[in-house]
Amino acid sequence: MTDPDILIEAHGLTRRYGHQHAVQNLSLTLRKGEVLGLLGPNGAGKSTTMKMLTGTLKPNAGTVAIKGVSMADAPKAAKQSLGYLPEQPPVYGELTVDEFLDFAAGLHGMRGAQRKQAVASAKRDCGLEEVSKRLISNLSKGYQQRVGLAQAIIHRPPVIILDEPTVGLDPIQIREIRSLIADLGRNHSVILSSHILPEIQAVCSRVMIISRGRAVYDEPLTATEHARFDTVEVALRQPPPLAQLRDIAGVAEVQALPGGARFAVRVQPGQDPREALASAAAQGHWGLFELRAVTRSLEDIFVELTSGDALGVAA
Amino acid sequence: MNTLIIARAELRRIFLSPLAWAVLAVVQVLLGFIFVNVLFDFINQPGFGGGFGASDVVVGQVFGFATILVLLIMPLMTMRLFAEERKSGTLNLLLSAPVSLTEIVLGKFLGVLGFIVVLLAVTALMPLALLPTTDLDVGRVAAGLLGLLLLMGSFAAAGLFVSSLTREPTIAAVASFGLLLLIWLVNILGYQDGVPFAEVIRYLSLIEHYESLRRGVFNTADIAYYALFTALFLGLTVQRLDLERQ
Repeated sequence: MTDPDILIEAHGLTRRYGHQHAVQNLSLTLRKGEVLGLLGPNGAGKSTTMKMLTGTLKPNAGTVAIKGVSMADAPKAAKQSLGYLPEQPPVYGELTVDEFLDFAAGLHGMRGAQRKQAVASAKRDCGLEEVSKRLISNLSKGYQQRVGLAQAIIHRPPVIILDEPTVGLDPIQIREIRSLIADLGRNHSVILSSHILPEIQAVCSRVMIISRGRAVYDEPLTATEHARFDTVEVALRQPPPLAQLRDIAGVAEVQALPGGARFAVRVQPGQDPREALASAAAQGHWGLFELRAVTRSLEDIFVELTSGDALGVAA
Repeated sequence: MNTLIIARAELRRIFLSPLAWAVLAVVQVLLGFIFVNVLFDFINQPGFGGGFGASDVVVGQVFGFATILVLLIMPLMTMRLFAEERKSGTLNLLLSAPVSLTEIVLGKFLGVLGFIVVLLAVTALMPLALLPTTDLDVGRVAAGLLGLLLLMGSFAAAGLFVSSLTREPTIAAVASFGLLLLIWLVNILGYQDGVPFAEVIRYLSLIEHYESLRRGVFNTADIAYYALFTALFLGLTVQRLDLERQ
């Protein structure tokens, strides 16, 4: 029996274009209620991975199962549980929003009253009610993107796959689409690709970093947020001698940073000297104006894991 | 059922584009012009048609000219079917939806067939206008219309296939025009002296089989030819789309 909580199970996906490996031996699992962010530089294989997950591209090797249904053996049944928004919203400009969504609902096997209801609720969820009767080609890029989203959720699939959903939008539209995705994440499982870090941080619960067609990192986002830190950075206007800092409980090593006011305080494993530092600074009138734990941010991880790409391109 | 949903959307989109209306208008004007000319020819001949009936002269000639016209317009009607969908990325909508490739291809084909039926309906009005005043052979008109329907269906299937090969609608139009003209004219080769398999070549030509229907002869072999031709290209289109995913 397959675990009912696992919605997507992809194993060893490989895709070649000619001699180039776009995706290589990539495995991925999506559970119920997760918002998984695929992060990677441009050309890392995010779109190719999504195409294989949605069955629009056949993998050279590997398997995809949606809710335990194999994409290769029963594509129709597998696709029924999927909603997909490709990079370019797949909308017919000459149709109105209503006509298009009606067609999309029909494609997913909805008939009659059920179809009408599906169109109405998708429009409500994506904020499209005021533009129902307008031609899609006359809508702004942001609204077209919403129509694309509405199309992806119209049959209420358990899994929604969104390929760079905020590309080409203005900052306000980006915020709207993000909050929309966050809303969707409450009732659906979502896979989202992006090369924008804050976007992943804003909406995802788990992040997978893809570099050169391989998954190089796959952790819950909380792992990066509440990571154990080993360094505290402290900034003082009237710094005491370094030895005095070193004597504070929990401090292992102190290093003066360039500029004179900042110090990198190495922490003894498992200790948190921040409170002690603050009270010592207050008693000694050191003029404390900044104190923070230096955690490894998603950006650090991303740069570390993918910088090989940039070198490869430069070489 | 999925096929019908795709067909309905396709037909709707065809008639939302100005191209369909322009094509209908141009066909109607040109056929009207030919119709009037042929009609005058018929009236001015000694003995009112020189022994030939209105069906022979008028219907035969108008439908004969119509074949040339549809050869020119069908590539324009089929060029967008897959090429444009690929270019604008909407093909992904169909490919990621729970429908099979066969349903997609059949749906698109039926959509174009809907347009063809509309075009035939307005074409048929001209010969039928003679009904009150002449002893028009309705059976013969029907055979001619059926011939045109089969011919255009074959053109549509071939055009659909060519459209699935490219992402540029204009390339699809030029290429399917070339392909259709070649299959049309292949019988010229069949009439050359000393060509091997001349019989086979003549038999393969698109136009040979239309001639008998235009003359009012309903021959199952001709119908089968067009059905097979259409099925072949629809099958090729499905294969081509499947190959694209590989």
